[in-house]
Amino acid sequence: MVSVLLLAFVVQARAAQNDALAQALTGLTAEDFPTKTDAATAVAATRHPNARAVLTAMLEGNLHFRTADQRVFIVQGDDPLTLTDPLTMQAAGSGATADFTKITTNNRLRKTLKGLIAGFDLSDPDAGVRLAAVNEMMRSLDEDSIVILRARVDDEKDDKVKDAIDTGLALADLDSDDADTRLAAVEHLKGNLSPDVYNRLKRLTERSDEGVHAEPDERVRRGATVAIASIDNWRQIYGGVETLFFGLSLGSVLVLAAIGLAITFGVMGVINMAHGELMMLGAYTTYVVQLAMPNHIGASIIVAVPLAFLVSGLVGVLIERGVVRFLYGRPLETLLATFGISLILQQVVRDIFTANNRPVETPAWMAGSWQINEALSITYNRLYVILFMAVVFAILLFVLKKTTLGLKVRAVSQNRAMAKAMGVRTEWVDALTFGLGSGIAGVAGVALSQLTNVGPNLGQQYIIDSFMVVVFGGVANLWGTLIGGMSLGVVNKVLEPFAGAVLAKILVLIALILFIQRRPRGLFPQKGRAAEA
Amino acid sequence: MNHQRKLSGLATLAAAVSLIAVSAANAADTIKVGVLHSLSGTMAISETTLKDTVLMLIDEQNKKGGVLGKKLEAVVVDPASNWPLFAEKAEQLLVKDKVSVVFGCWTSVSRKSVLPVFEKNNGLLFYPVQYEGEESSKNVFYTGAAPNQQAIPAVDYLMKDIGVKRWVLAGTDYVYPRTTNKILEAYLKAKGVKQEDILINYTPFGHSDWQSIVADIKKFGSAGKKTAVVSTINGDANVPFYKELGNQKISAEDIPVVAFSVGEEELSGIDTKPLVGHLAAWNYFESISNPANSAFIKQWKAYTKNPKRVTNDPMEAHVIGFNMWVKAVEKAKTTDVSKVTDAMIGIEVPNLTGGTAKMLPNHHLTKPVFIGEIHGDGQFDVVWKTPGLVPGDAWSDFLPGSKDIEADWVTLKCGNYNKVTKKCSGQNYE
Repeated sequence: MVSVLLLAFVVQARAAQNDALAQALTGLTAEDFPTKTDAATAVAATRHPNARAVLTAMLEGNLHFRTADQRVFIVQGDDPLTLTDPLTMQAAGSGATADFTKITTNNRLRKTLKGLIAGFDLSDPDAGVRLAAVNEMMRSLDEDSIVILRARVDDEKDDKVKDAIDTGLALADLDSDDADTRLAAVEHLKGNLSPDVYNRLKRLTERSDEGVHAEPDERVRRGATVAIASIDNWRQIYGGVETLFFGLSLGSVLVLAAIGLAITFGVMGVINMAHGELMMLGAYTTYVVQLAMPNHIGASIIVAVPLAFLVSGLVGVLIERGVVRFLYGRPLETLLATFGISLILQQVVRDIFTANNRPVETPAWMAGSWQINEALSITYNRLYVILFMAVVFAILLFVLKKTTLGLKVRAVSQNRAMAKAMGVRTEWVDALTFGLGSGIAGVAGVALSQLTNVGPNLGQQYIIDSFMVVVFGGVANLWGTLIGGMSLGVVNKVLEPFAGAVLAKILVLIALILFIQRRPRGLFPQKGRAAEA
Repeated sequence: MNHQRKLSGLATLAAAVSLIAVSAANAADTIKVGVLHSLSGTMAISETTLKDTVLMLIDEQNKKGGVLGKKLEAVVVDPASNWPLFAEKAEQLLVKDKVSVVFGCWTSVSRKSVLPVFEKNNGLLFYPVQYEGEESSKNVFYTGAAPNQQAIPAVDYLMKDIGVKRWVLAGTDYVYPRTTNKILEAYLKAKGVKQEDILINYTPFGHSDWQSIVADIKKFGSAGKKTAVVSTINGDANVPFYKELGNQKISAEDIPVVAFSVGEEELSGIDTKPLVGHLAAWNYFESISNPANSAFIKQWKAYTKNPKRVTNDPMEAHVIGFNMWVKAVEKAKTTDVSKVTDAMIGIEVPNLTGGTAKMLPNHHLTKPVFIGEIHGDGQFDVVWKTPGLVPGDAWSDFLPGSKDIEADWVTLKCGNYNKVTKKCSGQNYE
């Protein structure tokens, strides 16, 4: 008898929830966003078991309504749409796209939706999901979300999630009428680097125009001032670290772009104006590889590196054998000829791939950032570029110092006539050196495809910078290129916040010109007899 | 064998001669339409589409029997994204080819470069791109948006609907962003925004290393007030910018970016995932559902034989401009530039979003303004629009130098009339 009653009660409660949900759903079909926001909040408030699914579908753009009778469905697929009834979660047949209207969302509504969904996720078994949910709710703390967080705090077992909830509650406690509660909250928030905390504490120390303190209690004010000073300190330190990182990553790009040039320019004295286009070829190789393996974007970059080396290296050997070798000792003509080649390569690419930029996808493992703490995060793509540069540099150093090819290359660069007399086939060495430098340019292109646009003009943007690095670092010296590139990158990034991007570039250029006036052979000039040649 | 070849050679010759005769006969009774868009160089990406649009419109008009009983004939030249070459090619179109009208230019600097040529030779130019204003020439019709038809409504939307309190004005370092930002800064200050809540930032063309700037924006935006970025960043520098925003985990919900130079065409070549939710302000979106727009999209895809081609705002501007010119020529019953120019004022043609574009005495149009959110497929969802049509204002009311200036080619016969000194100081302000 009792169980029947209970069952009846449950059924009745479910029916009431169903009615409430159905009622809330009709609000979602409105055209204006405030009404839709209210309706979404109402959907969450029903606590219906399907409410989360409805809100998620809405967030993802999968909630449609039938234009004829305004009935809301969760849909899947393109045309025809597969329908699911949100009240029962049963399949409800299918329908033509034209008969349905998508329930659109805007930024504000999406933020609300994420907060509402986070409210459901707080009881998720996975601690990671719960932490994300708490952080999501922290973005827009209001009375509703504080009530939900308070209800959760005692049940929470995971330390990280509990910390996050405590921070949220401490922020809420700052609004308390009791000065001791507020003081405890300030104590709790000390050392927290989150901008929300910082802004909230800052408001405690403010004074209105009439001289009235926002925070009446002296102790709380003092506590807040101390906390802010400590946060400011930490922020400054982390800001410095961040700038250094930005500089190193920009420097890595410069080194990657310049190092191939350092080889051809340094060893052979050839000013290769087509160097940028060889990078462009590397970037396009990445694009083609991604076209060939659309389902393995993550691996495509790794496949593209050796392929880009081969493609650009081969083109480099062709350029050397076909044009440059006839022009040795005539730098001006080499410059003009390679400039011509650069234009030809650009046009070829334009004819094959059109003048439009090509979309090169970023693999998931390269997107996003590594959040070290609230004040410092490091983006993965830049981190990988630094690592990649280090690997390329190490390999190149190995090739030049430890292999027979490297020995011959160094011999030719130091004294061509003597090397020839010793039986080194200098022509062959020239071709291989040019191929090596070009191949490295191709590898740099793969890295650039992740940082900038892949289009026919890609190379032109980097050629000037590359020459700057090589001239600054000192010709024919890999370490010079490394240090030159890195210091140019860091100086640029240190100047940028004060001077702006345009002026920073100009200042670096002027400083470089002055430097070259003092030391025409760069940071690490070649020493010995070769220097006089 | 030999005989046969001779015969066929003769036939070819005859055909060629007759072809020349036909085209000569045609030339006598065709109306020449100049197309002055870069087909090579950096601007080719954007401008080639506009050249194709004009060719399609001419084609379509010829199928309807042309204008005044004559066929239209396109004269296409390539100024190659080279500003001085724009002036040279414009001179060629006007003096050598004697075209009746020119559709062309994209960047403001190219327009400034051809302006003296059009004024000297009394040519007629339709300029289809949103621009910084501060100009009204007798010989130019501006079918793109003036700042009050794009930038100002977008800022209004952010201020009123999103509640933005802090502003980042980010742009590429050239005349359009600089002037637009000057207008916006004055406008924001007039609305009570303090200097410390405005951050202005310029970057070079094709900038790709956005790390520090995005970090700055993030810092600026974490001061507890709702922040938005108003972007006049040009062309493909946008892609690494949005990518960096995504990587530094700034989502459109926290700091929305509203762009004035990012449209369907720009989005079609890139991976749009990091951009979803960011905004753009235009007078036209391909996604606006309307019979006229659907017909146009269908026609465009058929003409380019590419089902993936997209349409965009400057294309609509050319459609409106072209239809207006046809109407004005039919009204004036001549292609004489002075008469057509007079007939243009007050001409109304339907735009592609369900409204009517009217040519105003200051040579600008009435336009609706839409704010769209970028969607995963490279299209926009319209989230806001102006209640009615906004008349284009050539001279901004928010700049001290241009507040008193008015353009009116009907009663004042002047593009640069100072209401205070009651003087018309030439045609151009600068």
